[in-house]
Amino acid sequence: MTTPRTLFEKIWERHTVQVRPDGATLLHVARHLVHDGSRAGFQALTERGLPVRHPERTFGTPDHYVSTASHDLAAITEPYRREMVTALTANAREHGVTLFDLGDRRQGIVHVIGPEQGITQPGLLMVCGDSHTATHGALGALAFGIGASEVSHVLATQTLWQTRPKSMRVAVEGQLGAWVTPKDVILAIIARIGAAGGTGHVIEYAGSAFRAMSMEGRLTVCNMSIEAGARAGMVAPDETTYAYLRGRPYAPQGPMWDRALAFWRGLPSDPGAVFDREVTLSGADIAPMVTWGTSPEDAAPITGDVPDPARAPTAERREAMARALAYMGLEPGTAIAAIPVDRVFIGSCTNSRIEDLRSAAAIARGRKALVPAMVVAGSGLVKAQAEAEGLHTVFLEAGFEWREPGCSMCVGMNGDLVAAGEHCASTSNRNFVGRQGRGARTHLLSPAMAAAAAITGRMTDVRQLMAGAA
Amino acid sequence: MRKFETLEAVAAPLDMANTDTDQIIPARFLWRPRSEGYGHLLFNDLRTNQDGSPKPGFVLDRPACKDAGILVGDRNFGCGSSREHAVWALMDAGIGVVIAPSFGDIFFNNSFKNGLLPIVLPEARCAELRAALARNPGARLVVDLQAQTVTGPAGVNDGFGTDHFDVDPFRKQLLLSGLDDISFTLSQQDLIAAFEAKFAAEMPWL
Ligand code: SF4
Repeated sequence: MTTPRTLFEKIWERHTVQVRPDGATLLHVARHLVHDGSRAGFQALTERGLPVRHPERTFGTPDHYVSTASHDLAAITEPYRREMVTALTANAREHGVTLFDLGDRRQGIVHVIGPEQGITQPGLLMVCGDSHTATHGALGALAFGIGASEVSHVLATQTLWQTRPKSMRVAVEGQLGAWVTPKDVILAIIARIGAAGGTGHVIEYAGSAFRAMSMEGRLTVCNMSIEAGARAGMVAPDETTYAYLRGRPYAPQGPMWDRALAFWRGLPSDPGAVFDREVTLSGADIAPMVTWGTSPEDAAPITGDVPDPARAPTAERREAMARALAYMGLEPGTAIAAIPVDRVFIGSCTNSRIEDLRSAAAIARGRKALVPAMVVAGSGLVKAQAEAEGLHTVFLEAGFEWREPGCSMCVGMNGDLVAAGEHCASTSNRNFVGRQGRGARTHLLSPAMAAAAAITGRMTDVRQLMAGAA
Repeated sequence: MRKFETLEAVAAPLDMANTDTDQIIPARFLWRPRSEGYGHLLFNDLRTNQDGSPKPGFVLDRPACKDAGILVGDRNFGCGSSREHAVWALMDAGIGVVIAPSFGDIFFNNSFKNGLLPIVLPEARCAELRAALARNPGARLVVDLQAQTVTGPAGVNDGFGTDHFDVDPFRKQLLLSGLDDISFTLSQQDLIAAFEAKFAAEMPWL
C-alpha cells in the first residue's frame, strides 16, 4: 500500500525535476502568468540575451496600470504608466508569449482571466509575479506568487528552486448563513489564524462549506491565502471544478478532456493523508465581516465593536492596535455598524467576478448610493456578461460608476486612489497603511456588504438591509 | 548577485509586526527603473509627510542608526505583495541583513536572490535584541554566514550575545559564492529537457 498523500504533495511530486541532497527542489512550472508589473523580470532576461524557454506556457495581460475610464491606450495619460503597459506588449511580441492585451475582450486582472480562459487547471503548478497567484488554487492547482528575479528564472528555465512548504488543512463545516459569502469566510479564517498564521504552509481548504461553494467563491477564498501568510491555498477538484472548466478555451477538449478528467479525479487528498496543522471553523458561526484595522487579521463581525487595545493580550499587540486605530481614525468600542463610509470600491482579483457583481447588484437594485461607488469588473468577459444581464443598468441607476476592467482602486497604481482620511469600503484584499492611497482608510468586506455601505453611507449589516426590504 | 560572507554594521530595531511591503516601499514608486535606485524611498510614508517634508522620529533617521546595515524587526516582516522593490529599497539604503521571528515567504525568497540575508530568530529573542538596541543606540552586530551566527558588540553584554541561525544550505552556498541561480539552473539543461519530455507525455492536453 502506498502512503496516503495530500493534494499538495501529489502536485509537488509530479512537478519535481530534481531534489538536491540539501533539500532544495527544482520544480517545473506548467503554466506561467505575467502582467504589466512583470517588466523587471523580462528586463533581466533581455540583459542576459536569454530567450523565453516556453512561450507557449506563458500567458500575459495588462492589469495594474490600465485606465478604468477607457481602454484606449491614450487614456493612460502618465507616460510612466503607459510604458508599463506597452513594455508588456513589446515583451510578449518579442518572445511569442500569448497576450490578452488592451482592446481584447479577454483582457482583465491576471487572476480572473487564468481560470476564465481555462489556463488554470487542476494538478498544475502555476506561478505569477504577483502575490495573489494562490487564487488559481481554487481549481486544485498549486499556484503561488514569486518575485521579479524568480520571474526571470522561470522565463529562462521554466523551473523554480523552492524549499518544500508545510501543509495545513482549514476546514469549514456546516452551512453559511444568508448573505454570508466566501469573502466573509476567508476574513473569518484570517481573523482566527492571524496574518502570519499560514506562513511557510500551503493551505488546503476543505469541509462541507467548501464542497458546497461555487468555483467563484473558492477563487475568492484562495485569493486571500497570502493574507494569512500562506504560500498557497487550494481546494480539491470536484464536479463543480469540472463543470466550470468544461468548454473553456484553454481547457482540454474532446478525448483529451476525458484523459485529463481521469487524472484530475486522482488528485484529491487521500483518506488518512497527514497535514502538519489542522484548523476547523463552523460555517454557521460566521457573520458578514468588516476589517477595522490595517492588517487583514483585524476583522470583526458587522454585529461587533471596534476592539479596545487595552484588552490586547500582549504589549506588542496593544501598540499595533493603537497604531492601527489612530490611522483608521476609530475609537475603541465604536459599533462596526457605526463606522462612516466615504467611498466604495467593488472589484479586484478577490471580488470582481460575475457572482460578485450579481450579489452587489441585488443590493443596489432600486436603491441609491449615498457616497461615490465604483464597480470594476475583473475582465472584459465579466463586464460583457454583466451587461448582458443588465447589471450595469442596475448599478448606473443606483449612482454607481461602471468602469473598464483592471486592478484599479485595489492598489491605485493606475491612479484610481482613495483620498487621505477617507474610509473606503472595499472588496479588495489588503487594508495596509497607504494601500489605496496615502492616508486612505480601507475596510475589507464582501461585495454585498460594500453595496449596502454605498446605499447607507456607513457600515451596514446587509442582512438587516435586505430584511427591511422584504 | 551580490556575494554575502560577513557583515558588521549598526543594527536598528523596528518594533512593528506585519511590516508589509506596501510600507517598505509604496506602490506608487514601483514603475521606476531599477537603475534609478530605491534607497531614498525606503519606508517613504513613515519618514516623510504628504508634502514631502521629513516626518521625524523613524528609527532609521535617528543619528545613531543613520548608517544601519542591519534591521531587527518583528513577526511577519515583508508580508504582502511580491514586489522585489522592497528588497531593492532595503539594499539600496545599505541594509544587508534583516533579523525577524518570521518573514513573508515571497520577501524571504526575493532577499536571497539579491544578496540580502533574512535571518529567523525566535520571537522572544528578537524582542530582547530590539530592547538591547534601544538601550544601546548605534550598537554594531556581526553577522557571519559561514558560521551562521549573529554576535553582539564586543565587551557589551546587556542583552546581546551570540545567536545561531539556520539557513537553507543551497541558498547559503549561492550567497557565499555570489552565484546566480539562473546560470546554475541552465547548467542542468539535460535534466530539465528529460523531465519536460516525460511531463508532456503524461499531460498531453497542455
Ligand atoms: S487586483 Fe489588486 S491584489 Fe489583485 S492583482 Fe491587481 S493589484 Fe494585485
